[in-house]
Amino acid sequence: MMSERYLNAGVLIALLIVPIWAHLADAPYTITLATRVAILALAAVGLNIALGLGGLVSLGHAVFFGIGGYAMGVLAHHAQTYTALDLGIFTVDGTKSMPIIWLVAVGTSAVAAVIIGALSLRTSGVYFIMITLAFGQMFYYFAISWSTYGGEDGLSIYLRNDFPGLNTLIPIQFFAICFAVLSLVLLLQAGVSRSAFGLALNAARQAPTRVEAVGLNPKRLQFVAFILSATITGLAGALFADLNRFVSPSMFSWQFSGEIMVFVILGGVGRLCGPVVGAAVFVLLEHVLGGLTEFWHIYLGLILLIIVQFARGGIVGLLATDRGQHG
Amino acid sequence: MSTVLIIEQILNGLQFGVMLFLMAAGLTLIFGVMGLINLAHGSFYMIGAFAAAAVAALTGSFVLALVAALIAAALAGALVEMTVIRRLYATDHLDQVLATFALILVFSEGTRWIFGSFPLFLDIPEFLSGPITLPGGIAYPLYRLALIIVGLLVAVFLWALIEKTRLGIQIRAGENDREMIAALGVDISRLYTMVFALGAALAGLAGALVGAIQSVQVGMGEPVLILAFVVIVIGGIGSIKGAFIGALLVGLTDTLGGIFLPEVFKLFMEHSAATTIGSSLASMAIYILMSAVLILRPTGLFGASQ
Repeated sequence: MMSERYLNAGVLIALLIVPIWAHLADAPYTITLATRVAILALAAVGLNIALGLGGLVSLGHAVFFGIGGYAMGVLAHHAQTYTALDLGIFTVDGTKSMPIIWLVAVGTSAVAAVIIGALSLRTSGVYFIMITLAFGQMFYYFAISWSTYGGEDGLSIYLRNDFPGLNTLIPIQFFAICFAVLSLVLLLQAGVSRSAFGLALNAARQAPTRVEAVGLNPKRLQFVAFILSATITGLAGALFADLNRFVSPSMFSWQFSGEIMVFVILGGVGRLCGPVVGAAVFVLLEHVLGGLTEFWHIYLGLILLIIVQFARGGIVGLLATDRGQHG
Repeated sequence: MSTVLIIEQILNGLQFGVMLFLMAAGLTLIFGVMGLINLAHGSFYMIGAFAAAAVAALTGSFVLALVAALIAAALAGALVEMTVIRRLYATDHLDQVLATFALILVFSEGTRWIFGSFPLFLDIPEFLSGPITLPGGIAYPLYRLALIIVGLLVAVFLWALIEKTRLGIQIRAGENDREMIAALGVDISRLYTMVFALGAALAGLAGALVGAIQSVQVGMGEPVLILAFVVIVIGGIGSIKGAFIGALLVGLTDTLGGIFLPEVFKLFMEHSAATTIGSSLASMAIYILMSAVLILRPTGLFGASQ
């Protein structure tokens, strides 16, 4: 048992040390696994802002992950085929520059979140869960029918995109980028949850009528949290596409929405580093159990059932002494 | 585009709609009575289809296969309710989502383990195969017509069950005030198990019936489950009538949209672009319908206001 602050530091240091060790020991696959953890954690950190801070049980966050992925896929596809991207009114060239791709991923995710959020937040509770799930499915089928960009087969990108000053093809350097992004976003989240907005959002989750009584609009607070949450998951999608150099409609799948939620709950809802722990444990289980049996999802399911019944605060909740924000 | 084709597509839409109703009715009953969101409902659909395919392969009898589907899904439902679901009624929706998501993983991988990854096939029985000529000279597959009739019969059965029987009275009372009916001496946990098993059996029946026109494979339940959610959002949670109207709306919109939207776009666009845009829009049509309902009535067409 330890204070959550030390636990968070320990988690991030572990996530940093493992790939550095792997780099020295010349084990690139381990670095790729760590990169996968960092990116999936980032996606889940995004969801955690909506779910843990805002109390919005979104089962459609794969939408933003997929949009981020396709932002990368479409831009890099046009860059590698030297074709212009026709936006109706004007055309733009594709790009292989990560920072620009990230901006586009964040921007398009935000636009989607405004539309989905405005519609879904008209309701609450189970309706919200079902509607976000349904919108996820809508994007999934849209991506399948979108034959310009590969339809069901998806898009392959031959070379990883560029980041100024770094060689992204070297695994440890790409990991460094992902880890830096994750750390910055965690800092941002820590800042947001201490800010006036974060406190109001917390209150909106716990006692919406009281928040209304002091003159704030709880739905609007949740709306902003939903958009912020979506942009982070969208950014993770762009990085994930770069990790695999491949995008396909499966990034939009409902299973992935479920998995991001599993990362959050496994680690601890509303905990700053809960999603990082959750994603790390998930990738480890996938790696270890997946090596033992083809049917490792059965064991994952049983572990999740045990967590729901006996460990409500997730792994961070078990290890940390302080009460979580969601408790 | 001829009238015959239009009538055929309307019938296809109806057939799809009534099958969605079988799924949505169970979901909405379970939510209405127990306040539970059940993501694993698609697994009962899959279990029904697999049980039917296995029994049909053994015995060659389609009727026995349907009976097996009903029994297998109801048993799986009752078992899951008594071991896992029962502990979830008092928890928040997040725990319910996680636990039922975990159940999907267990059921899907378990089925893959037993039956393998290859799809199974369930044949349409001899006495229902081939086309039938409808009034007006329209040839339509007899089996699909039978599906529409079965779906409508189930709808009538559910209506009678809920409006006319003792169990129905308890279900309606349970939706309104569960403490009160428990105090009046109704064994509430037995009632919950029965409602859950009934919902599962309906899903299993749908899986077996649809399994004969599509392939029976792992993961077949979840796309239907999500459509059933759309149906419930449109119809209003907890309302069987809403589920029925919503299911027909979704079934017709999806089927007719897929056929007619590309045709509509061809009126003012060039051929290939119209097909692309039309079919993309068609894949989104039911979600646009759902959004429209949400804007007009956030609690669905027949849902109680919040």
